[in-house]
Amino acid sequence: MDSGQRGLGEGHAADASDAIDVNAAIAALRRILPARGLLMGDEELRPYECDGLTAYRQMPLLVALPETEAQVVAVLRLCQEIGLPVVARGAGTGLSGGATPVRQGLVLSLAKFMRILEVDPVARTARVEPGVRNLAISEAAARFGLYYAPDPSSQIACTIGGNIAENSGGVHCLKYGLTVHNVLRLRVALIGGEVIEIGGGALDSPGFDLLALMIGSEGMLGVVLEATVKLTPKPLLAQVVMASFGDVVSAGNAVARIIAAGIIPAGLEMMDRAATAAVEAFVHAGYDLSAAAILLAESDGTPEEVAEEIAALRAVLEAAGAGDVRVSADEAERLKFWAGRKAAFPAVGRITPDYMCMDGTIPRKRVAEMLTRIEEFSEEFGLRCANVFHAGDGNLHPLIMFDANVPGETERATGFGARILELSVEMGGTITGEHGVGIEKVRQMCVQFSMRELSLFQAVKAAFDPDALLNPGKAVPTPRRCSEYRLTGTPGAH
Amino acid sequence: MGDFAAELVERVRQAAAAKTPLRIRGGGSKDFYGGPLEGEVLDTRRHAGIVAYDPTELVITARCGTQLSEIEAALAGEGQMLAFEPPRFDQAATLGGVVAAGLSGPRRVAAGSVRDFVLGVRMLDGRGEVLNFGGQVMKNVAGYDVSRLMAGAMGCLGLLLEVSLKVLPLPAAEATLRLEVPQGRALELLNGWAGRPLPISASCWQDDALTLRLSGASAAVAAACRQLGGESVADGAAFWLALREQRAAFFADDTPLWRLSLPSVAAPLDLPGAQLLEWGGALRWLKSGAAPERIRAAAAGAGGHATLFRGSEEARAEGAFQAPPPPLLALHRRLKRAFDPAGIFNPGRMFREF
Repeated sequence: MDSGQRGLGEGHAADASDAIDVNAAIAALRRILPARGLLMGDEELRPYECDGLTAYRQMPLLVALPETEAQVVAVLRLCQEIGLPVVARGAGTGLSGGATPVRQGLVLSLAKFMRILEVDPVARTARVEPGVRNLAISEAAARFGLYYAPDPSSQIACTIGGNIAENSGGVHCLKYGLTVHNVLRLRVALIGGEVIEIGGGALDSPGFDLLALMIGSEGMLGVVLEATVKLTPKPLLAQVVMASFGDVVSAGNAVARIIAAGIIPAGLEMMDRAATAAVEAFVHAGYDLSAAAILLAESDGTPEEVAEEIAALRAVLEAAGAGDVRVSADEAERLKFWAGRKAAFPAVGRITPDYMCMDGTIPRKRVAEMLTRIEEFSEEFGLRCANVFHAGDGNLHPLIMFDANVPGETERATGFGARILELSVEMGGTITGEHGVGIEKVRQMCVQFSMRELSLFQAVKAAFDPDALLNPGKAVPTPRRCSEYRLTGTPGAH
Repeated sequence: MGDFAAELVERVRQAAAAKTPLRIRGGGSKDFYGGPLEGEVLDTRRHAGIVAYDPTELVITARCGTQLSEIEAALAGEGQMLAFEPPRFDQAATLGGVVAAGLSGPRRVAAGSVRDFVLGVRMLDGRGEVLNFGGQVMKNVAGYDVSRLMAGAMGCLGLLLEVSLKVLPLPAAEATLRLEVPQGRALELLNGWAGRPLPISASCWQDDALTLRLSGASAAVAAACRQLGGESVADGAAFWLALREQRAAFFADDTPLWRLSLPSVAAPLDLPGAQLLEWGGALRWLKSGAAPERIRAAAAGAGGHATLFRGSEEARAEGAFQAPPPPLLALHRRLKRAFDPAGIFNPGRMFREF
């Protein structure tokens, strides 16, 4: 059933949808959805043709904008009845094409589900609809001295529904965890229209840990209708240490030394010279441009804790060969140090027509080796690369710069990226730490997983969505696609 | 001790072909937990040993039969720990059992549960296929999170061959405090404190005594001690160990022991029998001969669920765990079939339905 050369939206369900009576589907959706709740035609559909991974574009057949749970359930039920593929979508900020539409499929936008239903300061929880923005939760909780810990760099725009689909991280994961560590309960609609509640107000539930399965499932298992998330007390104080290194190897080793000293910083980030140069011109964060790499290490907690940890961090960094070591003097300076890191992607976007952001994760001890290899790949493929790492997690974001208008550059960038991902797996890591597989890395799944493992993923999928209508063609490749991939490889690789 | 995966594969394949139910067993320290024991014993103890441990990676990987005590000793040697403080109940407890049972100890409320620390597994499904999910790195979102799904699955989805767990540094300082307060007031205090940045790493309320553990940087622990007041408890470590291992006096009799997992803000439960509270009020132990329906209804009414943690085999045969509502139970059944089509792993250990 695999549709082979059909293009980006390929998957199981794509063939079946050719047989759909489009006019009948439109009529049925109109009966379910509110006025202006169904978009069609080029002009209305164009904004949905891609997510944050703009290199992949695909116009959907239709976009549905339901406003109530009953409407979502009815849409899903209809999709199952007529075999119409569905791609759920939040703010569309994802970087792996998880919300790229499927040709001849429906985009189910949860944009209207924007209500924060409850903030309970005593229980330290917030109950929210899926279209609520990540940062809006922290803003609503701020007056109670609480916040929602996971902070992906798109947190101003990205929605909690999308965070759940991707198991999003951020710069504070090592200490505060990923989305999976901060969600207590989900209300989920299955493709057949059943609504299930998983997790709850208690810390655990009887049965299998379906929260763990649902979070990070990239919209392949169900549609989140509501979530209860954990709120964390705001630390009294946060300070950041910025250290410069003359070579990337020492910077990489400093990361291991911090952990070996028994310190778990609230954030531990690394940027190479290409990244700091791009950023400095953009936000003037005061980075040391002569350094081969800089490390940012944040400490938070009570003033006593922070003072103790900052002193320890400074000692470790100096012993590890840091040149300049600076500690943020006040909150304004702390934010300034971070501003550069948070603006790294747009800053690189300013100096290149296009860039591709990789997301491999490797053991920390191999960070320096990876940086050296990336430099070699950069020469081999003739493309520049800026490196921004969540060093504490070993999560790399190499930003490969290219120009899609120059013939062959997109293919070279793709080949360069594939090499990094394959090397990540070889080093004992993974092709994606926090951005998801989506459409972008679906081929590299064949490198990371065996046919048996992929079959088990398919069986899990079938337990939720037997007709493979939810986000088809994403995240989990069919065994047949993998056979083709192994035969042909990626352009420029091997 | 060593790599006996091939033997386990063979055994599972034979069982799958013959549809012979298997009862996966490590040290047997949790034989009392869950539904009645059925099937031929599949002993995992020989498949043992730490496979990889690099302290600066904050990850340990070990085979399922490795004793928990061996893992904890290795970690302590490097100033690290399993932050979810799994109970051993017995020296024989193995890593596989820790993860399959999904039980966490006093530090759970501050640090997270077993599943929060699972980074990857190597496992056997019900066909006897060796499968790897997750890995040894902190962040990994490739494919569904099957490794975390294994935590607390009671061995019903597969046999864990190897597990990689995130580990954390031991806190620089710890202190134990005790305050005299009735249950209602203790819950108010605990929920209030939990909303503030205090280094509380464990709590226990029983008989109007609220015991707290503080962990972290020494200056922070000292400051919190001054702030919270109460009396300092001399042998704090022994107190928390006894609680974790359920060797405290509270646990020492044959009355059925119920584990109630509730929102921490739930009001004190009006049920006959003695209660002991942990996890800031989110875990409530109840020793009671009251009718199971009554206890389950009270737990459900408070927004949580009740497990018959220790009780007679007949009582557990009626269901140790609260069964989920029908659509959720149906989903459990379909998942069970996806992992274990012949239904050979630990039948009835979680729910009677599979």
